Amino acid sequence: MTIDLHESDPVRLLGQARRGFSGTVQALIGGNAESSLSAAELECRLIELGFVEGARVEVLHEGLIGRDPIAVRVENITVAVRRREAMAVVVI
Amino acid sequence: MEAPLYNIVLVGTPNCGKTSLFNALTGSRQKVANYPGVTVERKQGFFVTPRGRQVSLIDLPGTYSLRGRSPDEEITRDVVLGRATGETLPELVLCVADATNLRLAIRLVLEMKHTGRPMVLALNMFDIATRRGITVDVPALSAALGIPVVTSIAVRKGGTDELLRLTDAIAAEAAPATHENDWQPHSVAELRATQREADRIIKETVSLPARPDTWTARVDSVVLHPVFGLVILAAILFVMFQAVFAWAQPVMELIAGGFEALGQWVQATLPAGLLQSFIQNGVISGVGSVLVFLPQIIIIFLFILLLEDFGYMARAAFLMDRIMGGAGLHGRAFIPLLSSFACAIPGIMATRVIDNRRDRLTTILIAPLMTCSARIPVYTLIIAAFIPAKQVWGWINLQGLVMFGLYVIGIASAMAVSALIKFFMWRDDAPAPFMLELPDYKLPRLKSIAIGIYTRAMMFLQRAGTTIFSMMVLIWFLASFPQAPVGATDPAIDYSLAAMIGRFIEPVLAPLGFNWQIAVALIPGMAAREVAVAALGTVYSIEGGKEAAEQIGTMLASKWSLATALSFLAWFIFAPQCASTLAVIKRETGGWRWMWITFFYMLALAYVASLITYNIARSMGAG
Repeated sequence: MTIDLHESDPVRLLGQARRGFSGTVQALIGGNAESSLSAAELECRLIELGFVEGARVEVLHEGLIGRDPIAVRVENITVAVRRREAMAVVVI
Repeated sequence: MEAPLYNIVLVGTPNCGKTSLFNALTGSRQKVANYPGVTVERKQGFFVTPRGRQVSLIDLPGTYSLRGRSPDEEITRDVVLGRATGETLPELVLCVADATNLRLAIRLVLEMKHTGRPMVLALNMFDIATRRGITVDVPALSAALGIPVVTSIAVRKGGTDELLRLTDAIAAEAAPATHENDWQPHSVAELRATQREADRIIKETVSLPARPDTWTARVDSVVLHPVFGLVILAAILFVMFQAVFAWAQPVMELIAGGFEALGQWVQATLPAGLLQSFIQNGVISGVGSVLVFLPQIIIIFLFILLLEDFGYMARAAFLMDRIMGGAGLHGRAFIPLLSSFACAIPGIMATRVIDNRRDRLTTILIAPLMTCSARIPVYTLIIAAFIPAKQVWGWINLQGLVMFGLYVIGIASAMAVSALIKFFMWRDDAPAPFMLELPDYKLPRLKSIAIGIYTRAMMFLQRAGTTIFSMMVLIWFLASFPQAPVGATDPAIDYSLAAMIGRFIEPVLAPLGFNWQIAVALIPGMAAREVAVAALGTVYSIEGGKEAAEQIGTMLASKWSLATALSFLAWFIFAPQCASTLAVIKRETGGWRWMWITFFYMLALAYVASLITYNIARSMGAG
């Protein structure tokens, strides 16, 4: 497994991360995702699944079509999200 | 003196082992019903504490917070807050947490504390946590949360003893410590703060695993593989269909044979006349036509419950999400659509897991297009009578190929309808999010599965049985009255209301190649598709009996053209020939509107498909 990070630009969005990426959550920005949910509601749902600042995340699996959705390890649970919603999670 | 019933409710995040704890505490003393006005399942059980206190336990739908984003979660919130109609304010809230996954559970507990209800936290699956090297300082956790904390192992004998003792102790207190409810829906900032607080408490009281669950990770590396994962899913589905259609067959024949024998016994015992006809044709064949599908329903639920308890269903939704997204469907629609191959009724009921109303409606609308088991008798009869049993391309059986084709057309048209709905009704909206916890794999427990199958089988019998039964009585009435005049030579049914209706509808159905006999058969077929077969038999005045199906086939082959037969098959792929399904759609969507939409769109599809099939077949010389 390779860690797909560019040295020049370490901050990225979970929605762009490839399989094998591991890092920590920096911020939640609901407005970043073109979700059908409002920014606040999306942030609420992400927090309820354990995505808070400082949580360790790792992209474990990717779907077949468009590498979507992704299965993400958030601390000690695994969560499936679409990349569209994962765009709201800023990771490093 | 008898103490009053002590009311406890179970609250927890999804997958925390809440239901297995519920089963461990109450055993088979369970009542499943619906909450008034909504379609959320209300599971209540009863047990007696060691000191003899009678307890009522309600298993509330799993939730991550009290915000209530779906009907299920609203019920959880309303019951805890004592707002639900007909529910008493619980005397004790029993929070359940998966001891291997405390983060989200502790956050929920912190939020729940605002409701002011007396609470207890049960750290469930404590054995698995211990095995994984997780240690919890239970007294410290209890002090940090300010509520009693016990450990429990729902699946082991005696695993709930401590919980029962604690329940006794709390129930014995005269007035348990409560404060006013000051719960408000949490804002983003509050949620975040609560999760931080939860993480802090966990850091202080729990030492996290030296050994993570490598088993789940290893299974997932194969099962969630983009390519092998789909191959495995396809293999599981193949085995499931084999089971539903092959394994269920002997039992179904046994049940059908039993009812046939019962009917013949009634015929032999009771004097010929209205009463005999009513009991034999109305009651016994009506109830029998429902009961015969019970083995298939049980097998499909066995698979679904096993896969669910094992933790695979969330994975299937993950694998299928984008594939189904192409047709405008949500990943979670996979399970309901899968169930619809057995019967659309449990399929439509299973759409409750889809929290977005739009996605849920789309799934409900297309579920009846999946080839349910009630179509099998109709397909089998027509195929056997009209399609030659020859091999094509050397090794494929033509009859089997046609059967397979009918399934494929059903699936393809369901996908097409869903894509059209999305295109015309909400093409500009972003798709609803797919966010789902993939729980650690767990070995399914026999007891849990058995209780699950039992309650669902009973529900199926009760719901489908009442609807189909009343329809069968109505059809028997239509087919029997008015009775044939004395000395009539034609079959009695020719004089009945059913025949009048059949002849009345015939002109509409004539372009499809349907004669009045088919029109008559389609009416009882409205109650349940497979009844059409029996109705055709009645209409063509064939005596029932062991070779009945074969005789109907021979009779049809001599009376119908191939074009009519193919048109009839096309009709059955689409037609809304099932009153129980329509009734369930009405109930689940909360009104007549979507039921009528389903009815008319399917009817239109059926008519057009039959019309095209009939005319193409005729132009090719099959008329």
